[in-house]
Amino acid sequence: MTSQSVATAAYLVAALLFILSLAGLSKHESSRQGVLYGIVGMAIALVATFIVVADVSDGLGVVLLLTAVAIGAAIGLWRARVVEMTGMPELIALLHSFVGLAAVLVGWNGHLEDNQLTGSLEDIHNAEVFVGVFIGAVTFTGSIVAFLKLSARIKSAPLMLPGKNYLNIGALVAFAALTIWFVITPNLALLIAVTVVALALGWHLVASIGGGDMPVVVSMLNSYSGWAAAASGFLLDNNALIVTGALVGSSGAYLSYIMCQAMNRSFISVIAGGFGMEASVADDTDYGDYREINAADTAELLKNASSVIITPGYGMAVAQAQYPVADLVKKLRERDIEVRFGIHPVAGRLPGHMNVLLAEAKVPYDIALEMDEINDDFDGTSVVLVIGANDTVNPAATEDPSSPIAGMPVLRVWEADSVVVFKRSMAAGYAGVQNPLFFRDNAQMLFGDAKERVEDILKEL
Amino acid sequence: MLRTDNVRRMSDGQQESPPAAVIGVVAESSPGENRVAATPATVRQLVDLGYVVAVEPGAGEKASFTDEAYAEAGAVIAPAADVWRSGVVFKVNAPSTDEIDRLADGATLISIISPALNPDLVEALAQRPITVLAMDAVPRISRAQSMDVLSSMANIAGYRAVIEAAHVFGRFFTGQITAAGKVPPAKVLVAGVGVAGLAAIGTANSMGAIVRATDPRAEVADQVASLGGEYLAVDVETEQSTDGYAKATSEDYDRRAAEIYSEQAADVDIIITTALIPGRAAPVLITAADVASMKAGSVIVDMAASNGGNVEGSVAGEAIVTDNGVTIIGYTDLAGRLPTQASQLYGTNLVNLMKLLTPGKDGQLVLDLDDVVQRTITVVRDRETLWPPPPVQVSAAPAAAPVEKPEPKPEKQPMSATRKLTLIGIGVLALFLVNAYAPEPLPEHFTVLVLAIVIGYYVIGKVHHALHTPLMSVTNAISGIIVVGAMQQVAVDDGAIRTLSFIAILLASINVFGGFAVTRRMLSMFSKG
Repeated sequence: MTSQSVATAAYLVAALLFILSLAGLSKHESSRQGVLYGIVGMAIALVATFIVVADVSDGLGVVLLLTAVAIGAAIGLWRARVVEMTGMPELIALLHSFVGLAAVLVGWNGHLEDNQLTGSLEDIHNAEVFVGVFIGAVTFTGSIVAFLKLSARIKSAPLMLPGKNYLNIGALVAFAALTIWFVITPNLALLIAVTVVALALGWHLVASIGGGDMPVVVSMLNSYSGWAAAASGFLLDNNALIVTGALVGSSGAYLSYIMCQAMNRSFISVIAGGFGMEASVADDTDYGDYREINAADTAELLKNASSVIITPGYGMAVAQAQYPVADLVKKLRERDIEVRFGIHPVAGRLPGHMNVLLAEAKVPYDIALEMDEINDDFDGTSVVLVIGANDTVNPAATEDPSSPIAGMPVLRVWEADSVVVFKRSMAAGYAGVQNPLFFRDNAQMLFGDAKERVEDILKEL
Repeated sequence: MLRTDNVRRMSDGQQESPPAAVIGVVAESSPGENRVAATPATVRQLVDLGYVVAVEPGAGEKASFTDEAYAEAGAVIAPAADVWRSGVVFKVNAPSTDEIDRLADGATLISIISPALNPDLVEALAQRPITVLAMDAVPRISRAQSMDVLSSMANIAGYRAVIEAAHVFGRFFTGQITAAGKVPPAKVLVAGVGVAGLAAIGTANSMGAIVRATDPRAEVADQVASLGGEYLAVDVETEQSTDGYAKATSEDYDRRAAEIYSEQAADVDIIITTALIPGRAAPVLITAADVASMKAGSVIVDMAASNGGNVEGSVAGEAIVTDNGVTIIGYTDLAGRLPTQASQLYGTNLVNLMKLLTPGKDGQLVLDLDDVVQRTITVVRDRETLWPPPPVQVSAAPAAAPVEKPEPKPEKQPMSATRKLTLIGIGVLALFLVNAYAPEPLPEHFTVLVLAIVIGYYVIGKVHHALHTPLMSVTNAISGIIVVGAMQQVAVDDGAIRTLSFIAILLASINVFGGFAVTRRMLSMFSKG
């Protein structure tokens, strides 16, 4: 029994635990157990690798390894502890970029390393280096752009370069050509070239997607980071990396696919990038007048309601309104008013973002329902509170075929008896589309910071 | 036509050319009509819009507005014949045939016309080169609300209906316990919850009665409740209206509604019916049998009497007492019975219309037929009948929208069996070829890859939507497995490789530890209620 064979066995166990981890995370009841499986699996893989490295490496290598892990662990645990739940999307996007960059570095090392391969195996090795670096670099810059957009450090509007599809295809063609060239005559300049091409492609792919579609982008980058790890596994002849990478890659892709369906978008165009909205929506349709309501009247409306549905959106996250909202839910439930949440699949900037925020504020998860579960119940609901959501409750999506968001399934809040929309101003939503909901006769606007307004309502109650 | 230059002399005004139009406020000729189309308050606003206002002597007398008050507000008191020949004539009721002839060529007549019910009148008006605007045809869109005469008059009429009923009713509305004995509260049924119905509900409720209400539109239930009434739902599917008015309803509904009316008639003391369907005869809601089942001393106010009545046996304009002692009030001038208030509201509606018609605030009436409000109210223009107008969709009732299922996308359609098989076949063949021809260890890697992809797909298939974020952060942590690769490379004794792999280990470690930690933190928040 060599340390290498121990490691191989350990990797198999780790891979199995990762599968159990993902399976566990599909349900609330088993989710914590799922994370535990994942941690144990990762620990086994790390320890096994460490034993192998300690076996073959000199002292410096071991010291470097331990130092790097220690620093990384410290940073990671610190970030995980202090991150605001509203800042979750940014954190996850940033973490994806780390995997991407690590994959690039591993790929570079794969080239620099003297691997003593010959013939077709060497060619294959060279191709693997390129694939690994390419995917890693795309993931890296893509995630960085997503991070910058999500944290509002750059504008979230889609970048519209002329002929952007040709740019993307051109980058892929260049990648294929460089790979062939590199297989024939391996040299560092080509490796640098392909890295630059991939970095540019990753940047462009995500830059041309509007901020409103970020949930899909983040999920897509999650998938890319998995493929990057799998590519590294090919390069390093390591099955643990391949299995894990493929698991993450395919599950991330499937998750993106589910979300694309929720937004009624073509999956292919997401993968290809640049499926952002047509930005110019200059319409001067006369929607009529909207009506304003104040917190006291809203409270009155809620007191007289028999059932209430709250549909939160990114605005709730921005205003940090989840705590007062949770208090409001508690107060209303004490009055025997049925309160539920209607969560659109792409509400927020991350899949499941709203659920995390509500969970943080101790809202029971069994009253937070999915769009399909609750959409038929709006008819017959007394009051709907739309808190910081806009495009996800836009009737134009179902009624106006010319609307840029036409066909996107939305929460049919307007079927309720009355709708109160919490909004900072009459500005359009992320998609830049005017929302006819605000002008409906049963809709009233409650302007101001969502958190403050909800607190005002709480006072009135 | 009353010449503007005359008026200029009279009013000592300083109009610039073109001369300002003259608005003539004529006295109403219909018997029993106490209202007037302008009050001193609205005259002042009209003058501000740049118009010259001429008022027929005694026009506002019955509504308690004296000629002096009009003059003080800036109006000119002019002889009836001159007022009738003004460029714009304000009236409350539709003009009689004689009155149509008194209008000047090119004049604009603004009054209540009821064009749908009075085709003869519309025809007579179209004989003259005049413009006729019907105040009762204002579309029910938010923008036009301030000109909606039907609403403003119905509000008054609903209030007055309760007052009339109370006047005839021999008891208190409110329940009282007095030294002289216990008085039960009156029970009031309001049929039709439009503006008039709501006003009646509110008034009766504020007087202490128990109020119930019926309406085909279930969405009014809250409005009824908001005024203190109880909504009696007719549990039959009905169409939702798109123009803000109730529509004629289905037979099923009528049958069930009739049952409700019969039950209620035997129970309540006062019935107020307000059911009017625009442009049609009023539906009969309360049959003779229902009336016969009511207690002696009960009162019915039929607010639709002018259109045929909601109550069998009601007589328009009169109050009659049935054999069993039920009073049926069929007054058609309920709003006019509060002439001061009604004139003020009607006058304000007219002012709001004139604001729309006077974009320059210069006393020049400009009719823009491209504007939906102006087009809808224009009944006649220059011998041309413009009634009926194109329909206006206002969606007063929400979501009459077609709840069309989104078209299934082509790629979502299940692939045909052959195509699916072909694709699978190609995939399997590719895998086979790679495994057969590629040198070790590639075949093994591909096998592992393909199996893992399939597992990943199935494992994730049923994930709960709320767990998407934790799932993503855990997969993110797991993809930090790339640290394993970097760890192997750090063993190589080469400065550059070591540096790069050191960085890679550091980055991937952040991922591994940070990802798991943040997932745990998130999951610890999820709790069941």
